[in-house]
Amino acid sequence: MRPPYPTLVLDVDRLACRRGGRLIFSDLGFRLGNGEAIALTGRNGAGKSSLLAMLCGRLRPDAGTIRIAGFDEVAPVEVSHVVGHRDGLKTTLTAQENLVFAQALLGEAFLSPAEALAAVGLPHVAALPVGYLSAGQRRRVALARLLVARRPIWLLDEPMSALDAAAQAMLSGLMRDHLAQGGAILAATHGPLGLDGVRDVRIGP
Amino acid sequence: MTRAFLAILKRDLALASRAGGGGELALVFFLTIVVLVPFALGPDLNLLSRIGPAILWLGALLSMLIGLDRLFQGDEEDGSLDLIRASVLPLELAVLAKGLAHWLTTGLPLALAAPLLGLLVALPGEAMLPVAATLLVGTPALSFIGAGAAALTAGLRRGGLILPVLVAPLTVPVLIFGVSASNAALGGTIPFATPFLILCALSLAAIVVGTLAAAAALRQAQ
Repeated sequence: MRPPYPTLVLDVDRLACRRGGRLIFSDLGFRLGNGEAIALTGRNGAGKSSLLAMLCGRLRPDAGTIRIAGFDEVAPVEVSHVVGHRDGLKTTLTAQENLVFAQALLGEAFLSPAEALAAVGLPHVAALPVGYLSAGQRRRVALARLLVARRPIWLLDEPMSALDAAAQAMLSGLMRDHLAQGGAILAATHGPLGLDGVRDVRIGP
Repeated sequence: MTRAFLAILKRDLALASRAGGGGELALVFFLTIVVLVPFALGPDLNLLSRIGPAILWLGALLSMLIGLDRLFQGDEEDGSLDLIRASVLPLELAVLAKGLAHWLTTGLPLALAAPLLGLLVALPGEAMLPVAATLLVGTPALSFIGAGAAALTAGLRRGGLILPVLVAPLTVPVLIFGVSASNAALGGTIPFATPFLILCALSLAAIVVGTLAAAAALRQAQ
């Protein structure tokens, strides 16, 4: 059995986001602790993806702070998995090669790439270049990244998009396992995540 | 950390060797330039062999610029850069790995091909190795100056045209000392080692400054 994740709290405090001079949102705050899941909602353009970009260090906050409470020297992105619209896969590399690369990069190896692909229901595509896969299969390969390395926080942008009903149920199962081990999930979504006890954080009106 | 560094290096080498990777494109472009120059200058072998090192250096410089704009742009577009940002590896070392891979797939083949292409510009036999040596130690500077500029333009949709304009002025010192070291090998009053060692120094400085600059540019939000 895997050991549970260490205790940590992602603390977002009075965050403001400005893109191209326009204030997208301001005064956003929430805390995300072990075993918790947050569904980030809001209309299109409310700044859900911008918030995730800030969490993964691609955008700088206009005001406010994002930190792991009590560990000021740890950037949140160092303990997080990110799966977004841009799937982070190289189309000319095979699914296996993409996952081997992700595993080496993210550290703290967990499942092997082959096991992770089997867990997302794609054991047969390991040797195929990702460019040959459909949108839903690609999304599943990107989600397999969550399993090749163990990181306590999952940051997901529209995780259910492009997935069929079976794959959505599979992802819900993976998320439930992750929460049960003390992991945390922040998912920007328009639809249900298939989880119990999800907290809603709404950006904008 | 070493594992992540090697993973980036290995992945970029694999990407360059796959279809559309552009690994061999620089070499073909180099060949094209060097072949075209004798046609433009006419059959004056003395003139050709006198300006041969300059042609090889200019050709190598322009070939290095081909595909440089994709160094970070590809990773930025498909989200791989987010993965690299999330890695255990400091961004500086990630840039170093990518710059090294760029040099191994473009600069190194150009330097190795230079003696062969030297035949086309009537380069004297004794100058072949020195010219290749100057390219070998000078091209890392081009890769890493280019990496800094490529990081700046990574978020731009049409950065491909801006990049050479940004990079070319910064490469002037490398070009001057590269060509003068090559010419020193052909004869003259300056010993070969003087401009050659300055070229080495330029490369080493470019590796450090280019890496830090590129990492800073990538950290700076879009």
